[in-house]
Amino acid sequence: MAPFQLQALLGYWGMMAVYFVLGLGFGVALEMSGFGKSTKLAAQFYFKELTVLKVMFTAIITAMVLIFLSASLGLLDYSKLYVNTTYLWPGILGGLIMGVGFIIGGFCPGTSLVGMATFKVDGLFFVLGGLFGIFMFGETVSLYDTFWNSSFYGRLTLFDFFGAPAGVIVVGVVLMAIAMFWGGEHLERLIGGRDLKREPKWRYAAAAALLLLALFTAFKGMPTLEDKWQKLAGEKQPLLDHRDVYIEPAEMLSLIHDDTRGLLIWDVRPEKEYNLFHLRAAKRMEEETLRHIHRTGIDPTVNQVIVLVGNDEKAATRAWKLLTAQDIPNLYILSGGLNRWLETFTTKEDGMVMPRGGNEEELRFTFRAALGARQSAAEPDERLLRKLGDFTPRVKMTRVVKRQGGCG
Amino acid sequence: MAQTYEKKPPRPYLHPYLGGMMLGTVLFLSFFLSGNGLGASGGLNRIIVFFEDLIVPGHVDRTPYLLEMAGGDLNPLDAWIIPMVLGTILGGFLSGLFNRRLQVETNKGPHISNRTRWLMAFAGGAIMGYGARFARGCTSGQALSGGAVLSAGSWVFMFAVFAGAYALAWFIRKAWN
Repeated sequence: MAPFQLQALLGYWGMMAVYFVLGLGFGVALEMSGFGKSTKLAAQFYFKELTVLKVMFTAIITAMVLIFLSASLGLLDYSKLYVNTTYLWPGILGGLIMGVGFIIGGFCPGTSLVGMATFKVDGLFFVLGGLFGIFMFGETVSLYDTFWNSSFYGRLTLFDFFGAPAGVIVVGVVLMAIAMFWGGEHLERLIGGRDLKREPKWRYAAAAALLLLALFTAFKGMPTLEDKWQKLAGEKQPLLDHRDVYIEPAEMLSLIHDDTRGLLIWDVRPEKEYNLFHLRAAKRMEEETLRHIHRTGIDPTVNQVIVLVGNDEKAATRAWKLLTAQDIPNLYILSGGLNRWLETFTTKEDGMVMPRGGNEEELRFTFRAALGARQSAAEPDERLLRKLGDFTPRVKMTRVVKRQGGCG
Repeated sequence: MAQTYEKKPPRPYLHPYLGGMMLGTVLFLSFFLSGNGLGASGGLNRIIVFFEDLIVPGHVDRTPYLLEMAGGDLNPLDAWIIPMVLGTILGGFLSGLFNRRLQVETNKGPHISNRTRWLMAFAGGAIMGYGARFARGCTSGQALSGGAVLSAGSWVFMFAVFAGAYALAWFIRKAWN
């Protein structure tokens, strides 16, 4: 499924060749739209000719509809696309600065390259100026890097922000763009004196086609995590069947006391049981949080092991599937859950914890008080390892390639 | 070839909606194949840092922002954005060649001299380059690419660019009209 691991498929130079060809297409599309000519770009801001608006928003909605359409059809994994992270105020201020530069200089960085490539002298000067400005930024960013890194919202999308399904936002953006085109054309008629009757009729058909595809995308909906798991099951279910991802209490104990790598313990039980007892470093995770792990800001590419903990194994295994469907690596489950953990690490003399009957997925212990992690079994002594004897280590770290993106 | 090139007028530009659909298709292909959108200013950034690293490697290693790209043994040109920028330049050139638009000229408003236009292009480029890095991406990498994948920050950014340009446009109308 797209997107592809280009370097793994084609090798380093093959990957670079793909980017080169994409760049070629980019340059050709910009040039053929007239974006190599500064006067055409600047005309946008005097309402005479709204080519910039039309080309830009047509490009955005075309790409957007195709992206979300292929995602809804299961051809493209949206979660693997680079989505620019949001730094709200630096983005706004940078945008305003760029707008000022745009109207003074008549290009933006991409279009100035095309202007220069077609021998426009002003394009060449703009590129030189751009290089100078970029150089100056690198030299001065350390003066205000607190602000530059402020108001960070991570991978925030419009559909997360509005809390609506992605397809609905796609339809909304297409409608907004069509309204802007309609308004733009009438501005051109009023201020630029353009005769709209001479505009091609196919633009109505194109707008209708995009809108229909957007509506289809909204109707079809994005694949759920359960759908994604179904696709992965052939490859990943054997890991569960062979118990390759279930770690024994003894290995868990050794992980807790291993300072050489990060360990995240995610407790998937209800809050009440968590308050009764949980592992010292465990963080309780709601299903809603587990379903949108990228919103938590957790970086799956760092050197860390994630262990899912439930009362038994069922809930943790379900969580494992949800997270695996989101491509989170180095993910394990505590074998036997906390019931087995408590059996292993509580002692009769303790007096605080007593076993009791109960069904599967229930906490089959009673506690004198809801002490949470303030009891010895929450972080057993490392010396107990010797008592537990040998175990088959399950944790194998996989390194994950970090996705680079944005403007590189 | 050269003769016919001189004689025939340049081909007209694509209709904006058609150009937009072409650009959008390239953008979609970029995401579909690689997971990344299109970009430009990041490539220029890396080219600058490459030369900085040649001249003052110690300074690069002491500046966190530059360190990420060129610290120690890192080669700032070892990034996908570099072939993309080279492709953009060549693509623009080839399109200009086939559409007979390769012409040494300075596009400007009728009331300013070439020299004023060049100065403005350099100044505007410097402001734009600065702003583009400030916003973590330019019109291509933020507005176009981030817009298509519905990044909230990219949409806010996009409207900020238009706001900045419209706010100043009236004051420098003599330069373009």
